[in-house]
Amino acid sequence: MDPTQLTIHELHGQLKNHKTTSRALTRLILDRIKSVEPKIHAYTTVTPEAAMAQAEAADQWLQSGRPAHPLTGIPIALKDNLCTQGIRTTCSSKILENFIPPYNATVVRRLNEAGAVFIGKTNMDEFAMGSSTENSAFGLTANPWDVSRIPGGSSGGSAAAVAADACISALGSDTGGSIRQPAAMCGVVGLKPTYGRVSRYGLVAFASSLDQIGPIAKNVTDCALMMNAISGHDSYDSTSAEIPVPDFARALDRNLTGMRIGIPKEYFIDGMDSEVLHAVKEAIRVMEKLGAKTQDVFLPHTEYAIATYYILATAEASSNLARYDGVKYGHRAKPTKDLLEMYMKTRQDGFGPEVKRRIMLGTYALSSGYYDAYYRKAQCVRTLIKSDFDEAFKQVDLIVTPTAPTAAFKIGEKTQDPLQMYLSDIFTISVNIAGIPALSMPCGFTKAGLPIGLQIMGRPFAEETILHAAYAFEQATEWHKRKPNI
Amino acid sequence: MVKTQIDTQYEAVIGLEVHAQLKTASKIFCGCSTKFGAGPNSQTCPICLGMPGVLPVLNRRVLEMAVKTGLALHCKISPYSRFARKNYFYPDLPKGYQISQYELPLCEQGYLETAVNGRIKRIGIHRAHMEEDAGKNLHEGLEAASHVDLNRAGVPLLEIVSEPDIRSIDEAVAYLKTLRDILVYLDVCDGNMEEGSLRCEPNLSLRPVGQKEFGTRVELKNINSFRFVQKAMEYELRRQEKVLREGGRIAQETRLWNTEKEITVVMRSKEEAHDYRYFPEPDLVPLMIPEDLIEEVRNGLPELPDAKRERFVREYEIPIYDAEVLTISKDLAHYFEACVAIYPQPKTVSNWIMTELLRELNNSGQEIADCPIPPERFAGLLKLIEDGTISGKIAKTVFEEMYRTGRSPEEIVKEKGLVQISDAGAIEVLIEDVLAAHPNERESYRQGKTQLLGFFVGQVMKRSQGKANPGKVNELLKKKLSA
Repeated sequence: MDPTQLTIHELHGQLKNHKTTSRALTRLILDRIKSVEPKIHAYTTVTPEAAMAQAEAADQWLQSGRPAHPLTGIPIALKDNLCTQGIRTTCSSKILENFIPPYNATVVRRLNEAGAVFIGKTNMDEFAMGSSTENSAFGLTANPWDVSRIPGGSSGGSAAAVAADACISALGSDTGGSIRQPAAMCGVVGLKPTYGRVSRYGLVAFASSLDQIGPIAKNVTDCALMMNAISGHDSYDSTSAEIPVPDFARALDRNLTGMRIGIPKEYFIDGMDSEVLHAVKEAIRVMEKLGAKTQDVFLPHTEYAIATYYILATAEASSNLARYDGVKYGHRAKPTKDLLEMYMKTRQDGFGPEVKRRIMLGTYALSSGYYDAYYRKAQCVRTLIKSDFDEAFKQVDLIVTPTAPTAAFKIGEKTQDPLQMYLSDIFTISVNIAGIPALSMPCGFTKAGLPIGLQIMGRPFAEETILHAAYAFEQATEWHKRKPNI
Repeated sequence: MVKTQIDTQYEAVIGLEVHAQLKTASKIFCGCSTKFGAGPNSQTCPICLGMPGVLPVLNRRVLEMAVKTGLALHCKISPYSRFARKNYFYPDLPKGYQISQYELPLCEQGYLETAVNGRIKRIGIHRAHMEEDAGKNLHEGLEAASHVDLNRAGVPLLEIVSEPDIRSIDEAVAYLKTLRDILVYLDVCDGNMEEGSLRCEPNLSLRPVGQKEFGTRVELKNINSFRFVQKAMEYELRRQEKVLREGGRIAQETRLWNTEKEITVVMRSKEEAHDYRYFPEPDLVPLMIPEDLIEEVRNGLPELPDAKRERFVREYEIPIYDAEVLTISKDLAHYFEACVAIYPQPKTVSNWIMTELLRELNNSGQEIADCPIPPERFAGLLKLIEDGTISGKIAKTVFEEMYRTGRSPEEIVKEKGLVQISDAGAIEVLIEDVLAAHPNERESYRQGKTQLLGFFVGQVMKRSQGKANPGKVNELLKKKLSA
């Protein structure tokens, strides 16, 4: 089998037993990138020299016979909002087109310590604002299953690269569904960890109270291995939790006996795609067969999630993006006659339309006279949404829903209607608002051959339970074995 | 009541906002040094430069110092407090927002007591909260360009906001001095106004005497030295009084102090005021301050100037004024107490410290810590006066010599032969000489002009080079003249 199609744990075995080398594997991945990039454009930056140097170092380590981390020598892609020292980090924005960070994000440092090979930076919606990767200043990314369709977003580049075997595994970030929704669209596995499970230090902030870094992988096991490498408290992030990190790979179990799974009726709405509905219902039946007990749960404030999200996320974004002012780094408009004009032109040229829209929305929501009606009210609703989940998780261990209301839509289909675009995150947003973990994995395909995502949500810091159920489902089905023809 | 310049028809209402730089080794949210005077941008890192992706982590020492100050200012320490973002654009503000506190500040509802014209005035503290400083824009020597130095960005500040309880410039100045003393006492701020470790932004209004409602207030900014605080406030009150007297209205605005022209000018009106769009800082978790931490800090508090002042009045029975002067610095108060421990006459010690010692320190520009006279020798000098070895007048000369040379009073007295002459025989010899030299005055005295006694005493003292015991001279002269 083509090694690029293998998973982390399969490749780890081969590398450990010297059946292949990281250099050989990395070269294959770089070749694969060359062949698929013209069709999908998953990367903003590919770093062949740096990757080969890391592969060389990994091989030396593997040769030495010292105990190797499962990620040693494995080519990994990083979403382009994760700071990489000496490698440009653009957030797919013109304003950071030439920004080269002087430091590494904590997750990058941890993967580095594990011996991973960084292959490049993946395309995304500008500053992670979007659900289709069409909002990139450097061109859109296409879905490997159908290049006329979007790969989802905002981590569309990471999901497309994993699906197209243009890397072995990737990191994304998820503020309202940006790992799970593209994972669903591209037929791969994506996990948004509990808020605080993974350090955000070095993740270019979109909405600080919602952002979380997580893996996008070919299967559940790889997802667990990636989680093992990146999780845990970080003294550079006060919001990272001081909670022990289990070995997630040990949670993987085929038996679901005794597992209680909740089905929220608020997530099975009128007008939802019938193929998606069918696939998810079928998946629930599979879980029942594996021993799980299902029951209805209620998440009554679900309908307010999108409104709440678009106030909180944009408010935080309006502040987080203030630093791109042309003074210290990134794009600076010139010539300008004074400071104010420099600020205005820099930001006018530097930001794309969706980013500007959200900065304006957020600025408005925080303005004096509107704060109470919008921001404060949204914070109150956030508490209600969170307590919906707290209540539900008193009765069940997991909640299962579709990841997105439809499979991947056509490129350009929703770009003229921001509201329609926002609705594609309708099933993923509540999870970020509540800060809980959730995973998306393939659970079927449409007649047109597009992947359908199943979402599994868990209690705070119960990623193990999610991975357990996901693994059992994966082992009982064949969906993850399908490959796009690209 | 405003005393200086302002007509008694109006009363001033003043509130003060003070920014005190906390004396930590590193910045509030990163590990960079806070040392003053380093080369531009040499004390920066990705965090205080506001690079994409960085996060703040609170320096624990900042919290401890803030709690300490809050307790010293009799504030309530909130068990639950949080940081907020204050959003505005300026080149010296790398993130486009300042991390400060807004709702739920750390310290609230305190007060400070200060002596104004011999009376104790209590001024309320509205709140005190932690925040980060901004950087500095540099324009000098640069043509058509400005540079930014971010060494100061992220230096910890405590913003201390008074209630509008201040009614005169004297009170405002007294408040500031006392606040500075407290901060220095607590060792949380070096109090250095020239380096900007302590900055003050007053807000002022006038109202007709007797009126309850406050007038429209004006905020003053850009007073970058303590020296100018008083001047700026005086100017502003005069300006407001003139406007009111001419029937005008005070506009609610922020005015800038112009150091060269010594005037205030409009910076922005109420309509142009910034909307800072405060919201809770999501990158920092809310602060839960456990009661035992507060108790720990409280137990570690030094005795503060006001408590010390009260104790001095009570324990040593000295006037408030003396106690106020003696507690101006921790070191001076300590010096006083060390002297009193050896020479238990507090008022005498206080008099000598306030006159002779403070004058010498002042003349030489030294601090009490540099005083060349240890308390034992200071007390030793006072003992020499008490036991009649030297006169008070001679003692002043001896004191100057002690200050200059650091030698002991006994040594100086012995070497210079300054021991007081109390021996009746020796004094009588001097008296004989004086009477012989002034036969006319002696005659006048005999005829009843007894006020000439002072003249004779003076002459005898002069002849003894000040060494004769003045009491003895008096006694013996009277006897001799009436003989």
